[in-house]
Amino acid sequence: MTAPTPSIYSDRIYEALMATHTGLSDAESAALNARLVLLLANEVADPDRLTELFVQARAAADG
Amino acid sequence: MRFDYPAFDYIPPPGLTEREPRHQVAIIGAGPIGLAMAVDLATRGIPSVVLDDNNVVSVGSRAICWAKRTLEIFDRLGVGERMLEKGVTWQVGRVFHGDDQIYDFDLLPETGHKYPAFINLQQYYVEQYLVERAREFPDLIDLRFRNKVVGHQDFDDYINLTVETPDGEYEIETTYTLACDGAPSPTRRRMGLPFTGQDFDENFLIVDIEMETSPFATKLAERWFWFEPTFHKGQSALLHKQPDNIYRIDLQLGPDADVTAELAEDRVLPRIRAVVGDTPFKIDWKSIYRFRCARLENFVHNRMIFVGDSAHVVSPFGARGGNGGIQDVDNLGWKLAAVLNGASPALIDSYNTERVQAADENILNSARTTNFMTPKSATEAMFRNEVLCLARTHEFARRLINAGRLSLPCALDSPLSTPGKAPVPPGAAMIDAPHDGGWLLEAVQGDFTLLSVGSARRADHADLRCVHTSDKTAVARYGDGMTYLLRPDGHVAAVFRDPTPADIASAQKRATGEMP
Ligand SMILES: Cc1cc2nc3c(=O)[nH]c(=O)nc-3n(C[C@H](O)[C@H](O)[C@H](O)COP(=O)(O)OP(=O)(O)OC[C@H]3O[C@@H](n4cnc5c(N)ncnc54)[C@H](O)[C@@H]3O)c2cc1C
Repeated sequence: MTAPTPSIYSDRIYEALMATHTGLSDAESAALNARLVLLLANEVADPDRLTELFVQARAAADG
Repeated sequence: MRFDYPAFDYIPPPGLTEREPRHQVAIIGAGPIGLAMAVDLATRGIPSVVLDDNNVVSVGSRAICWAKRTLEIFDRLGVGERMLEKGVTWQVGRVFHGDDQIYDFDLLPETGHKYPAFINLQQYYVEQYLVERAREFPDLIDLRFRNKVVGHQDFDDYINLTVETPDGEYEIETTYTLACDGAPSPTRRRMGLPFTGQDFDENFLIVDIEMETSPFATKLAERWFWFEPTFHKGQSALLHKQPDNIYRIDLQLGPDADVTAELAEDRVLPRIRAVVGDTPFKIDWKSIYRFRCARLENFVHNRMIFVGDSAHVVSPFGARGGNGGIQDVDNLGWKLAAVLNGASPALIDSYNTERVQAADENILNSARTTNFMTPKSATEAMFRNEVLCLARTHEFARRLINAGRLSLPCALDSPLSTPGKAPVPPGAAMIDAPHDGGWLLEAVQGDFTLLSVGSARRADHADLRCVHTSDKTAVARYGDGMTYLLRPDGHVAAVFRDPTPADIASAQKRATGEMP
């Protein structure tokens, strides 16, 4: 298996996401994440696609 | 002005002294659904006997929001205009979070409809109007108050009912019995039928107050909804206007509320003052309820048919209980009349298929509203809070706020529909439009109707009521050149371009249950 090539944006996106949380308490960060999910869900706007993503996100929690 | 509850007369029924001839239809319960059912059947010449254990209309306002489609059905039954005249048509909605208004909206009605999106009118008025309307059919509707159904037996080709009156018991035979006996339905219990769904662990206090001074800034009727107001910590609250200067206040009390203690006047008064301030008011009615969404698996059990709350209940936010029940009536009336006049009993099975689908849609919507209003975990509460925060600045988040979705008619996925494509597709309810100086709904409801639109060949069919519309609003809504076959309940049975008489005949056969 070869390591996937990062897209030109990968590092930038991750860095910006971390920076968004800088200086917040865990509770504030959790709230920010909630807002972010809502905003991103609105961007995706496709309930079927979103449901697939929700399932993937949930899978990790269920092991 | 408080409602003066008139007591309806008890008249000793003939069955106490002699055997009554078999009734075609008995209706158990004179709530809005049983009464509307009797009137619907009477408009089709079908007689019924209505048995109610009580002798007054609904105590307390209960159902106050009547949706457009329901009003259109009530129009056909002869009480719609009266309801519209008396009811409050509210225009401005405001949603608050804490003490801040997050947004407001104008329910500017779309023009070209006889009825608005909905009106507020206390259930006791609706029942009173229906009783008065029923009395206009003295030969067809036999209203029997203080006649309580205490037993029944199904003999396959008829049902025998045992009825208790102040003068003792008697029995009647009926070809069909309609159980319109409300959410606690003694009929359902007697039959041991499961009523399954979701119980919400939540209590709401509802209070009707009479108040001269409007709490609203303008003369317009408004609807205010608060999430977590400071005057009612952590809960939700609703303020709504009804006719006669009566206001409805709903206050969420949480899952552990002590129902008896919370209904005591000294507990209720400060809660109301917290909402309306120092304005003088009088309490007219108060009640506490828990939310429940449930339905019968099957609404039709041979000759016993469940209609309204006896068949399905929903939590009140979204106003789907009364509205859903009236749509049951609209669906069943013409079918039962047709079957009693010789049509295939399969039509009655289609009542079950179609109204179960509608009940599921209502339950889904009410459950979603209730879940939004009563978050069940810290995470749910956090998401809701963030929706409310984003809503101040983001339009999309306002659409996520769910304090009750308007009750819309179900688009039926029905065995009676002939598949086809049109602006108003098969299964959908008709859409009103101006027509011939009046309204389309007045011209097409009640009977099978062939409706031709704009440049379509003028509808012409010997066995059907034919209506042609060239009104430009109607043409825009229905599509130029289209022809529709509408059912008596105003739902679209089939759509055509240039239909042959055979096309129409076959669609009508299907719509009357004669074809698979
Ligand atoms: C607080 C509250 C608020 C609501 N708000 C709304 C709203 O805004 N909009 C909306 O659409 N819906 C609303 N609803 C729901 C609405 O009130 C019901 O859906 C509606 O009353 C159902 O009508 P029904 O005729 O099926 O039953 P009911 O109104 O309950 O009538 C049943 C009748 O049957 C009679 N009966 C019972 N047992 C027997 C017997 N054995 N023999 C003879 N008669 C019997 C009863 O006396 C009663 O008259 C609300 C309900 C509540 C409780």
